[in-house]
Amino acid sequence: MGTPVIMPQLGESVVEGKIGKWLKKVGDEVKLYEPIFEVETDKVTTEVTASGEGTLLKLYFDEGDTVQAGALVAYIGQPGETPPEASSISVHDAHSAGEASKTQPAEVQPAPQRGRGPTRLSPVVARIAAEYNVDVSQIQGTGEGGRITKRDILAYIESRSQVDERGETRGAESRVGSEAELAPWEYPSTGELFKPSEETAPPAPTQPTPRAPDASRPTSPTTDVVPLSSMRRAIAEHMVRSVQTSPHATTVWEVDCSQISAHREANKAAFERDGAHLTFLPYFIVATVQALKRHPRVNSSWEERGIVLHRTINIGVAVSLPDGLIVPVIHNADALSLLGLAQAIHDLAERARSGRLRPNEVQGGTFTITNHGGFGSLFATPIIHQPQCAILGIGKIEKRPVVVDAGGTDALTIRPMAYLSLSFDHRVLDGADADHFMATLKWTLENWHAP
Amino acid sequence: MSEKTLVEGIREALDEELARDPNVFITGTDIGPRGGVFLATQGLYAKYGPRRIIDSPLAESSIIGVGIGAAMNGMRPVCEIQFADFIHPAYNQIVNEAARMFYRSGGQYCVPLVIRCPYGGGVGGGLYHSQSVEATFAHVPGLKVVIPSNPRDAKGLLKSAIRDNNPVLFLEPKKGYRAIKGEVPEGEYTEPLGVAKVTRAGDDITVYAYGMMHFYCVQAADQVAEEGISVELVDLRTLNPLDKATVLQSFKKTGKALIVYEDNRFVGFGAEIAALLCEEAFEHMDAPIMRLAGPDVPAVPYSRPLQDWFMPDVQRIVEAMRKLAAY
Amino acid sequence: MLKLDTAGAKDHNSHAQEHPGQATAHSAPTPDCLVEMYEVMVRSRRLDERCWLLHRQGRIGFHISGIGHEAAQVGVAFAMQRGHDFLHPYYRDLAMVIALGMPMRAILLGSFGKQGDPSSGGRQMPNHYCYKPASIFSVSSPVGTQLPQAAGLALAEKLKGGNRVTVTCIGEGATSEGDFHEALDWAGVHRLPLVVVVENNEYAISVPMHLQMAVERVADRAAAYGIRGVSVDGLDVFASYAAAKEAIDLARAGAGTTLLEVRVARITPHSSDDNDATYRSPEEKARVRAQDPLPRFQKQLVEMGLLTPAMIAEIERRAQAEVDDALRYAENAPYPPVEWAMGPVFAD
Repeated sequence: MGTPVIMPQLGESVVEGKIGKWLKKVGDEVKLYEPIFEVETDKVTTEVTASGEGTLLKLYFDEGDTVQAGALVAYIGQPGETPPEASSISVHDAHSAGEASKTQPAEVQPAPQRGRGPTRLSPVVARIAAEYNVDVSQIQGTGEGGRITKRDILAYIESRSQVDERGETRGAESRVGSEAELAPWEYPSTGELFKPSEETAPPAPTQPTPRAPDASRPTSPTTDVVPLSSMRRAIAEHMVRSVQTSPHATTVWEVDCSQISAHREANKAAFERDGAHLTFLPYFIVATVQALKRHPRVNSSWEERGIVLHRTINIGVAVSLPDGLIVPVIHNADALSLLGLAQAIHDLAERARSGRLRPNEVQGGTFTITNHGGFGSLFATPIIHQPQCAILGIGKIEKRPVVVDAGGTDALTIRPMAYLSLSFDHRVLDGADADHFMATLKWTLENWHAP
Repeated sequence: MSEKTLVEGIREALDEELARDPNVFITGTDIGPRGGVFLATQGLYAKYGPRRIIDSPLAESSIIGVGIGAAMNGMRPVCEIQFADFIHPAYNQIVNEAARMFYRSGGQYCVPLVIRCPYGGGVGGGLYHSQSVEATFAHVPGLKVVIPSNPRDAKGLLKSAIRDNNPVLFLEPKKGYRAIKGEVPEGEYTEPLGVAKVTRAGDDITVYAYGMMHFYCVQAADQVAEEGISVELVDLRTLNPLDKATVLQSFKKTGKALIVYEDNRFVGFGAEIAALLCEEAFEHMDAPIMRLAGPDVPAVPYSRPLQDWFMPDVQRIVEAMRKLAAY
Repeated sequence: MLKLDTAGAKDHNSHAQEHPGQATAHSAPTPDCLVEMYEVMVRSRRLDERCWLLHRQGRIGFHISGIGHEAAQVGVAFAMQRGHDFLHPYYRDLAMVIALGMPMRAILLGSFGKQGDPSSGGRQMPNHYCYKPASIFSVSSPVGTQLPQAAGLALAEKLKGGNRVTVTCIGEGATSEGDFHEALDWAGVHRLPLVVVVENNEYAISVPMHLQMAVERVADRAAAYGIRGVSVDGLDVFASYAAAKEAIDLARAGAGTTLLEVRVARITPHSSDDNDATYRSPEEKARVRAQDPLPRFQKQLVEMGLLTPAMIAEIERRAQAEVDDALRYAENAPYPPVEWAMGPVFAD
């Protein structure tokens, strides 16, 4: 096996070299490291030495030829040996042994460089060459090892069509690459149509707002007038309408709150861990929901066509505000757990007080609860929230002496007690209906189940 | 507009989505008062409380499994897996359950679940705090895989992920949490999932990257620009579903592609891009498609020179860009 | 997108409020309720038997049976607020899904892989139930994966403040899975409104219980998670119902999770592809068969004077007619078009 003489790569960015002068001719004896030819690049001129010994059997290029780095330029062997064809040895074969170990693992493996031989074209160059009938041998490649790049062939076609412009146009431009001419409708419009009117026309003259009478001005030296807020007016209108609409009747029951007090004490901490403050109100809502399920007529509205029973149970909870009250609604209260109710009450009350309720949160109630006991009231005669048919008032829970049954004998004991008042629309419910409802409510609260 | 870090972009997205939608909640380990080991959830516990910011048991499979259940019950959970390296116990819940639920229930149940997960090396994290897992999960139909490369996208993409009705694996380049800074618009905006972005226009070569590697590619592209190499940089942003149109469009322009990722090279995401380009843009190919990726050893070693050997960096990207441009 | 046969199904993951189910009953089922439970057991049994026959005739590709589990399943299902409470079942829960309202036609569409199968439209194997109108979630094949998901359903319910209880079912083999441990850990920590029903038939395919766990009762595992553990005779409808009712009531009241072991009998092989003669002796199989809960419940109801021979015959006739109808319907139904295999993969 002889020794190929390869055009070296003389520097990182140098891809080719010119054979300056052959220092040996075919048939000469060559010793190891003996200079064989001079090579000129744009950076250096140097001698290339033999990497093996023998007889110089073949020179593949003439002086003055430019040869890509890695190409086979001469062959040293034994007399009588047939030197290889130019294309049968690539730089990869010649250099692989020394280069491979230096490759970094994260490194890119470039495709093998090719010797001169048949021209290798990338798919895009081959396609463009076919489309534009280009003789690629006419193109000077600028890619690695003189490869013809896409840019090379496009530049060639461009220069060719410039030459042709004096004669005929080949129509190449519109098809090359992706730089095709766009049809006019492909350009985005400037959006001149449908601009906001303010941008296209002067603003319309505004009407002066009529001045409202100054309500705060005293009309008498001995009275002060509190101006009516819209909430005050709304409450007033509603209350008048409600008592005019529904014949109100009120029934009052007394409830022993021992069971729910015990449950609340036992579970307060756990609720706190879950981020909820547990008050008594959720217990009354759960019991109300149970009672409404048992007595659906209490969850209804009077209409001329009949009594409309509501399938959903949406509980309004009156929340007092500095200038009145608002009734946020817990929708589908029957789908909420005690924890869920505690959270819902807290959330709605909080947002009611900061005025951040959404419109749907004050609509759609089917039954209302007012917790007037929070201010110390024992019992009340609440006014129905139209168009519902009843409203439950919860009085203050306070310890009272009560008589209980202690194994057949009466005994006096102290229990947390509360009065519950139900005002109902007497058109819809009779006293007995209301009291059946209250009986269920009382039973649920006094027999609050484990845990 | 103000300049923020990538992790600040994440935090803003979480904060805004928690405020916007009461069904959004966060769970994961140490995400509560601690604010997450990378402080991505810092301050959220104080603001939203224990019902919205729920420190989980140390149990990855159920962090995801519970998230799936909560999602099917109308919530929008954001589940944090502390490091991508720890996601593997949850593989079954993510792949067999979350990703298949919509298909297997014939569309009755979908799983709007976000899995946030810091990934990537170069931080001295060794084998188990440095992994990149995107190829494993991008393989799975039904699971979206999103990786932001800058604060603006981190915020906009995470908001979109939370609003998406599908499970989304949201991989965050942990090395870039504070290293990557950028302008973040104030207030509400989103970036669409499934849309790649050409972050730098160029003519000579196309470089595809995402996450931390995209950040490096920007710097590398600046360097080679001085040598006259014009790089078009495509930030993939979403690996699944892949924005094939943008990927192909850029390649048809340059004919040369380099894909940079720090995940293991073998069967990595670069292979999918390369296959796509070969299948659908062969006639535009002007050079062999190149991959610059992490080597095929089990994971990133800890010792500094070994880690450096593993990690693709700006210099290696520059060399790869040069080589490709010269081809 | 093709439509599944799930009339009444709503948008993704929004659960309708229209089915609050029966009002919470107290302690024991009413006489009417007991007869209904019996009828569900008969319906499930006849359908199950027909599926074995269809498999042996080569008309369906697979069947996995609930024969011997019906008493426990019916007991649990009737303790739920049907349609309101969630069920994340496993593949043996045929009687359970029938009790919750899944139609026989729907189940057989799944067995045949026919178009309109509400579980998956023929994508999943038979008996991998999913039926949103009854709040039934999708069954997977890897066991135990539904447990963390059920914990998630329950956690979400708690976060939302809702009062639905989640019931999930597994076999005793799945209690060895890591997901079992993780899910029960969540359940204990967060006191979730969850009931984990373990239908213990003492075999995981062929592996007997003593190679599955070193504790005597599955319910013993509950202590590790700070939750209730209860073990009952799952061959007895009354015991199953009472235990399930208590567990569900407690869950709804905020008292947390119960691990409810119902001890049942697997009268059949694991599935249509199993041969249990390779690991169970004929004597053992005969002993298991003798535990059949259906004649036992029938006898109890007859003794209570709730069932007469005429009623038994009428219930049999109705069940057979329903199975025949469902079979005709499913066999005549078209296969899904191949487009259905293609997706959609992602939700909008």
